[in-house]
Order: sequence, then structure tokens, then C-alpha cells
Amino acid sequence: MTLEKENTQVKNVLDKVTILYAGDSGDGIQLIGNQFTNNTALYGNDLSTFPDFPAEIRAPLGTLAGVSGFQINFGNSAVFTPGDLCDVLVAMNAASLKKNLSRLKERGTIIINSAGFDKKNFRLAGIDPADNPLTNSSLDGYKVHQIDITKLTRENLKDSSLGSKERDRCKNMFVLGFIYWIFNRSLDSTIDFLQRKFKSKEEVLEANLKVLKSGYHYAETSETFSNRFEIKPAEMAPGLYRNVIGNQATSLGLIAAAHCSGMNLFYGGYPITPASDILHELAKHKNFGIKTFQAEDEIAGICSAIGASFGGDLATTASSGPGIALKGEAIGLAVMMELPLVIINVQRGGPSTGLPTKTEQSDLLQAMYGRNGEAPLPIVAAQSPSDCFEMAYEACRIAVEHMTPVFLLTDGYIANGAEPWKYPTAEELKPIALKVRGARKEDEEAYLPYKRNEDLVREWAVPGTPGVEHRLGGLEKDKESGNVSYDPDNHQVMVNLRAAKVNQIAKHIPKQELDSGTTDSKLLILGWGSTYGAIKTAAQELKTEGVDVAHAQIRYIHPFPENLGELLSNYDHIIIPELNDGQLVKLIRDKYLIDAKALSKVKGQPFHAQEIKNEVLNHLK
Amino acid sequence: MLEVLKDSNQKKLTAKDFSSDQDIRWCPGCGDYSILKQVQSVMPELGIPKEDIVFISGIGCSSRFPYYMNTYGMHSIHGRATAVASGLKASRPELSVWIITGDGDSLAIGGNHFIHLLRRNFNVNILLFNNQIYGLTKGQYSPTSELGKKTKSTPVGSLDHPFNPLALSLGADATFIARSIDREPKHLKEILLRAERHQGTSLVEIYQNCNIFNDGAFSTFTDKTNKKDNSVYLEHGKPLIFGAEQDKGIVLDGFHAKIVSLKDPNVSIDDLWIHDESDRNKANILVRFFEDNSSDIDARPRPFGIFYQEERGTYEEGLNQQLAQEVELKGAPDLNKLLAGANTWEK
Ligand SMILES: Cc1ncc(C[n+]2csc(CCOP(=O)(O)OP(=O)(O)O)c2C)c(N)n1
Ligand code: SF4
Ligand SMILES: [Mg+2]
Repeated sequence: MTLEKENTQVKNVLDKVTILYAGDSGDGIQLIGNQFTNNTALYGNDLSTFPDFPAEIRAPLGTLAGVSGFQINFGNSAVFTPGDLCDVLVAMNAASLKKNLSRLKERGTIIINSAGFDKKNFRLAGIDPADNPLTNSSLDGYKVHQIDITKLTRENLKDSSLGSKERDRCKNMFVLGFIYWIFNRSLDSTIDFLQRKFKSKEEVLEANLKVLKSGYHYAETSETFSNRFEIKPAEMAPGLYRNVIGNQATSLGLIAAAHCSGMNLFYGGYPITPASDILHELAKHKNFGIKTFQAEDEIAGICSAIGASFGGDLATTASSGPGIALKGEAIGLAVMMELPLVIINVQRGGPSTGLPTKTEQSDLLQAMYGRNGEAPLPIVAAQSPSDCFEMAYEACRIAVEHMTPVFLLTDGYIANGAEPWKYPTAEELKPIALKVRGARKEDEEAYLPYKRNEDLVREWAVPGTPGVEHRLGGLEKDKESGNVSYDPDNHQVMVNLRAAKVNQIAKHIPKQELDSGTTDSKLLILGWGSTYGAIKTAAQELKTEGVDVAHAQIRYIHPFPENLGELLSNYDHIIIPELNDGQLVKLIRDKYLIDAKALSKVKGQPFHAQEIKNEVLNHLK
Repeated sequence: MLEVLKDSNQKKLTAKDFSSDQDIRWCPGCGDYSILKQVQSVMPELGIPKEDIVFISGIGCSSRFPYYMNTYGMHSIHGRATAVASGLKASRPELSVWIITGDGDSLAIGGNHFIHLLRRNFNVNILLFNNQIYGLTKGQYSPTSELGKKTKSTPVGSLDHPFNPLALSLGADATFIARSIDREPKHLKEILLRAERHQGTSLVEIYQNCNIFNDGAFSTFTDKTNKKDNSVYLEHGKPLIFGAEQDKGIVLDGFHAKIVSLKDPNVSIDDLWIHDESDRNKANILVRFFEDNSSDIDARPRPFGIFYQEERGTYEEGLNQQLAQEVELKGAPDLNKLLAGANTWEK
């Protein structure tokens, strides 16, 4: 290789690229997606990812149901979504091409593993072999590169002592190496990763490294691509960055909150997609004194957390729709006992088991109302993978400072998605004001567990503190002593107090701001949670196209920020895009009596910015 | 951890100190009263400061119990006291935690948490108030009601084969299994003391008379006239002897228990089954002294006392060891390092 040649090959400089890696769920797609993501983050691009995989661990090989995808959008300026359509589609087999071709831009690039397009693969993908997409003209509008990746991988490893299955498993590294070359990347981050992952499996390490490098060199020498591409690092606010996945950020938020409040972190939960990674992440950091308890079911998960909270820990539990349904009764108990507790719902497609690996925002009303009795509690929602950190932290702060269970809503899309994160230092975090009742002196008046301060927050006394022994429970309480009370007037008072206490939290959360646009804009797009990126992108694009819209994303849903009503009153048109059948829109209409319009999508997939743009344009017609 | 402030001048406590100011709402004559009294009287003997004792219950008549104890307490939700107590004990291993539960609470709605608590072996005490009925909901049959039980919900008799709570507990690898009864206060108190001293989950089944909906369920073991013929009190290292005149014994013939008369000149006291709390095989047979119609033994007495006890590490010990180990391995927590992760870059 000569320097000259290298120079001529580099480079087409692009602003933004979206790649969709697709293949069988056994093809290691998620792994190369994550590797490419880390590499891209370290390179300095802004990025957003969307892993999309089947619910089955070993979905039928080669079928449409078994296709696993990983989409990454990266660029030299701010990136808020994984991209609507992709520029590059990597298709490891016929099914993955068939399933994803519609997501490729016109004249987009397809990199095909030709070994995945034999008779058997066609049959499994439900493609008539006579209609071979590689030979009929269906791909004419695209730039297609066919490589027999399977064969090249095997050739590379012909001297390896690994079994044939294990050898074939390395083919994802070929793809990764190939793509690294195209985008002019260093292999170092992945070499590092492989060395750590296969520390004790030398043969496997060797094989993976060999195939990774061979993919890289193949791209170089085969001249499949005459050009390499480069996406210059993005301009971002100065500071230190790392890459973070939503569930990881949530876990870090909990750990940080425990640290900053001087409490021990307790997590009780039962595995469920897509929430399990929170348990996994927390369990990794036991040196922080974190107690993770994998309970026998979700009920035990939350009840153990309630026990730990009674004991004075920062108690947390996480689940997804079906598990949250099971926790309902216990959440009511925590409301009644006014103990701090953070309940995280990483939402997924429902109802029932629904679409476990797909995303949805359809549990908002469950969080708001899904309990027996009048049982209000605060709800916050994260809007992006890295925002999970801040909102988890906020959920903890509100729980502890206001003695209440708090819901944190995220969803599969941001929980599994990744983005660069300008992470804070411990010193930059908001302090959490933990107040606990001390021992009672002989001459001090009796402890009244339900006596409240000006924020209607009761005083917390934990077991082990002398003189303030008391009993809590689910029966209605006397408004001060906390003794069981069946008095009708007292019940009314307590129902009112519990509601007022939650509403009062509005004084202790940030005011609602516009993300873009002004109060004079013609239309407001109001979102909550994970729709943030798509709405933001839509609003930006509309602006460049001369359409003046404003965008606000609500992260504090109950109570709403104090100024929200006033802010909304500025607009004649309000559109609320949600991945449900219209839930926030109900709350907004109910509270502010305004004619906000729903934009609903319930397909288990996030919004495309284009869908939101279309709705806005339609509306303003 | 939260700072817990301690009062240094501990005064000597009495049963009265453990009684709360709340009016007791059980029906007059309910067996729960006697159990409450024994628990309150045993508390000062434990030598544990009052503020370090917590009673956690589910829902049921029996589960009102914590309200009457002047300790920390929680009247939680139906069936879940075991789960709540697990979390509390994990977070605060130094507390003395008592679970109060009924036969419906622990074995119907809470059956799952019950067996999982036992296998995990948290160092807590479970007092299972078994009245073989749902008291609070006014008299439906429970998982421990006998087959064919006629109640409001089973007017022509229940079809469910009952749970044997002690056999179930042994099956779930409980490390302390005992039975007592509301009407034997001295015995109950002794068992409570032993339960608290056991390191691990102590399961104490307490036969409790519900005089409203299931009166006399345990009269066989309480009626002066025949209780001694129907019950055998287990003592570690002592032979199994029972009967009004202490004239009957139990011998172990292979895996079969046989009743012998000590009046029989061919029977020596040395032939009798010697109770050994640490013998799991014998415990397996003892917990089965239950089904009156089984074939291997005719009318046999119901055992009371400690059936089985074993030392096994508790969950919370293991948990804390892991945390300490991880600090040793990974170093003291450094939040800034954790937030930064392995790969960072500067902009
Ligand atoms: C979720 C739920 N289901 C049902 C009930 C109604 N309930 C309360 S107590 C009880 C049974 C109590 O029986 P047991 O546990 O034996 O207690 P006892 O009253 O006999 O002491 C039932 C069914 C409830 N409180 N909560
Ligand atoms: S109903 Fe039965 S168990 Fe309940 S308080 Fe009355 S006597 Fe006791
Ligand atoms: Mg009962």
C-alpha cells in the first residue's frame, strides 16, 4: 500500500450517515452495532442508535421473524434520532434485506453477504427463488456490493482449530472491519474490546482479530469502494463525554442519587425485557454498597423495596408493563405509607405480553391512574438515553424530599438506544435534602408520623431510632398520629392531603421551557419522553423549510410544571405526538381544557421525524 | 446508611412497654389474644432494644398484630409481609424482624413469597397463625382447612387437599421449623425464644382458635380430657412419650413410626424414638404426623415443639460479604470514576 493510493482513496466528507446493520439474530448484529457505536462516539461524532431485535432468543433461523437490526445515525452536528431512512444497509441474509429494504434511501448503498442468499435462505424468507433480488432488477436503484462474507471468513480461518460453527460466528467481525475501513476508522476500540472479552479464550480471540483485520484489508484491496468516507467530529458543547445506553444511564442516576443523599441503594426486581439491564448494571457495582435483590416475582420485588425503604434505604424497583401491573397494589401501599420509592417502567408494546422488544409509551395512564382508590404520585419521564440519568436522579430526589413513591417512565427505545453524554461530576449534582427524625428525648412530645411540614411532607423515622417507634400500614390513617382511622371526615382530609402533597411538588421542579421556537410560533408540538429526538429533528427541519413551529418536551408529568398552562395558552394549535392511542393529550385536555390534537402511532416503532413534519404541515394547510 | 440515633441509657423493659395504646379489635375469646400476650411477655427477655424490633404483617385478623405492639411495625398487604421483611432485613440486618401472617396470608395469596423466604434463609421469625379458616373475610375455607370443610364458600364441602405447613416448609429447606398452640402459653413462649435465637428463618406454626368461624378446630389438642393422648411435645434428646399417664411412646421402625405402650413389659424406654432437632430424616417423618387416615400408623399424636433446626448461612450475611468483597476487589466507590466509565473524550 502506498501513501499516494491512500490519499486518493480518502475521502468523501459527509455531514451525516445512517447505517442499518441487519441480519439473523444469531449473526452478532447487536454486537457490531455496539462496537461501531463506541468507535463512533470516541471518534467524536454525535450519534443516536436504535437496536431492534426479535423477542425470541433463538428466533427461527433465516426467517423474517428472526431478523435483528441495529441502526445508527451519526454526524458532524447534533443528532437526535437514529434516522428515518438509512444510507447504508448491511444485509447478512435474504430475510434481512426483504424486511429492511423499505428503510433504505433512494440510491442508498447495500452491502450484501451473498452466502445468505441461497435457495434455503430464500425459502425461509418466503422469497420465490425465481425472484432472486440479487438478479432481478429490484435493486437497480441502489448501489449494491455483494461479498461472500461467509466464504471469506472461512478461508481466513481455515487453519484455526475452532469448530465450523465457531468460525462462522466471526463473520460479523468481517463486516465491522469492512465498515471501519469505509469510514476511515481505527480498529483499536474493538481490538481492545475483543482482548477483554476473550481474555481466557485465545483461539476465539485470534480468530475474531484475524477476521476483523481481514474485513478491513478486504475493503482496502478489493476496491469495492473507490472512496472512503469521513464524517468530521461534531461540534458539541465543550466538556468531557462518554457514550451511554439508556438503561445504563438510569442505573447511574440511581447510584448517583444514593451517593448524594448519603443513602444505601436497594433495588428489588424481577427480570423482564426491556428493564432487566437496570438490574444487571446495578449488580455490577456492588462496591458502591448497592443491594440488588432478584425477587421471585414483581410483587416481591416492589415489596422488598418497600421494606428497604421502611428501613431507610433509597429503594428502587424497575419493570415493564406486565410487571408494573403486578406492582399496583404495593404502589398503593407506598402511597398510603408515604415512604420514598422509585418505580421505573421501561415501557414496551402492550397490552398483556404485547411486544416485549418493541417500544411504546402506552403506560402513562397506568402510571397516573393504575391503582385502586385515589392514589396520586409524581411521574417523571426521560426524553433520551442520557436524559435517563437526570430523570432517575430527579425521581430519587423527589421521592426522598417529598416522602412519596415516584414513577420514572422510559421506554425500550431510549433504554436500549445510545448517545454521547456530557456526564457530570459528583460535585455538579443537585444536593438531595434527606431529613430523618432523630431519637426522642424523655420530655419531648410524642412523635406523630403523619404530621407534615409546609410542603405537606411527613417526618421520616426509621427503625432503630429510640422513642419514635410507630406502625405504618395500608389502612387509612389518622391525619397526624397515623393510627388507623375509619372517620369519614378524616378520610376526606387524607385524600385531599395526599393529592395536595403531590401537587405541591410543582414548586420544586423546573419551569417548562421551549426546546425550540417562540411563544409567537404558529403551532406547538408538545411531546413527552422518547419522542424528543424525532420531534426536535422535525421542528428543526421545518424551521429550515420556513415553517415556524415551537417544540416543548415535558419531563415532569405529574405534577406538570407550574407554568405549563400559561405556556400552552400561547398557541392556537397544539399537536401531541405519542407512541400510544393518545394519553398525554387526555391529561392536557383534562387539566387545561384546550383543544390539543393527538398524533398517535402504535406500531412498536419510534416516530420518524418525517411523520411529525407531515402532520404539522397537514395541520397548517 | 442512615444515621440511627441511639438512646444510651437503656432501662429494663417489661411486657407492658411492648403494648401499644391502640384498642385491640379481635373478637372476645379469639386465640390471637393469648399469642399477643406471649409475644409481649417474651420481648423483654430477648435483650433487644425496643427500637430494634420490627413486626411486619400481611392482611387478616392475625395481621392486625403489629398495631398492638409498641415497636416499629408495618401492616402491609395481603400475602406480602414475607417479601417486605426480606427487603427490610437485607437493608438492616441488625434489626430483629418478626413476620405475622395467617394461613391464608402465608399459604394462599402469599405462598410464593413464603417458600422463597424459607429457602433464602433471612434471619427473621415467621409466626404463622393457623386457624384453618379465613377469619377477616368471615369464614371461607383456607389452604389448611381439612378436606370436605363446609364453609360459606363451600356449602357442600371443600375439594382442596390441605397444605401441611410444616411439611411444605421442610420441603422449601427451612432451617427452623416449630409448632405451638395458643392455649399452651408456656410452651409458646419457649418456642418464641428459641425462634429468635435461631440464626436464619424461624418458622413457627401456631394453632390458633377462631372461635367465631372455626371454633374448636384444635380442641383435640386443648381439651383437658384427651389433649395429652393427642399431642406429643418434642424435646431435644428426649424420647417421644405422650398420653394422659405418659404411658405411650413412639418407636421408629425403619421409616415407620409406631405407637407402643410403656405398660407393655417388652417395651423399654430405651427403644423409643429420641428426638433429634438436627435430624432431617426424622423431621420428615415427624411433620407427617398429620394425616390421621394414613396407613403407616393409626391415630397418632400431633407433635408440638421444634421439629428441625439447622445452621445455614443467612441471606443477609452472604449479601454483606459480597459487598465487602467487591470493595476489596474493585476498590472503594468513586462516583466520578463510575460516571466517566471506561472511554471518554474531550470536546
Ligand atoms: C389482595 C387482597 N385480596 C383479598 C383480600 C381479602 N382478605 C383479607 S384477609 C383474607 C384472608 C385472611 O385469612 P388468614 O390469612 O387466614 O388470616 P386470619 O384472618 O384467619 O387471621 C382475605 C381473603 C385482601 N385484603 N387483599
Ligand atoms: S374472626 Fe376469628 S380469627 Fe378473627 S378475630 Fe374473630 S375469632 Fe379471631
Ligand atoms: Mg386464618
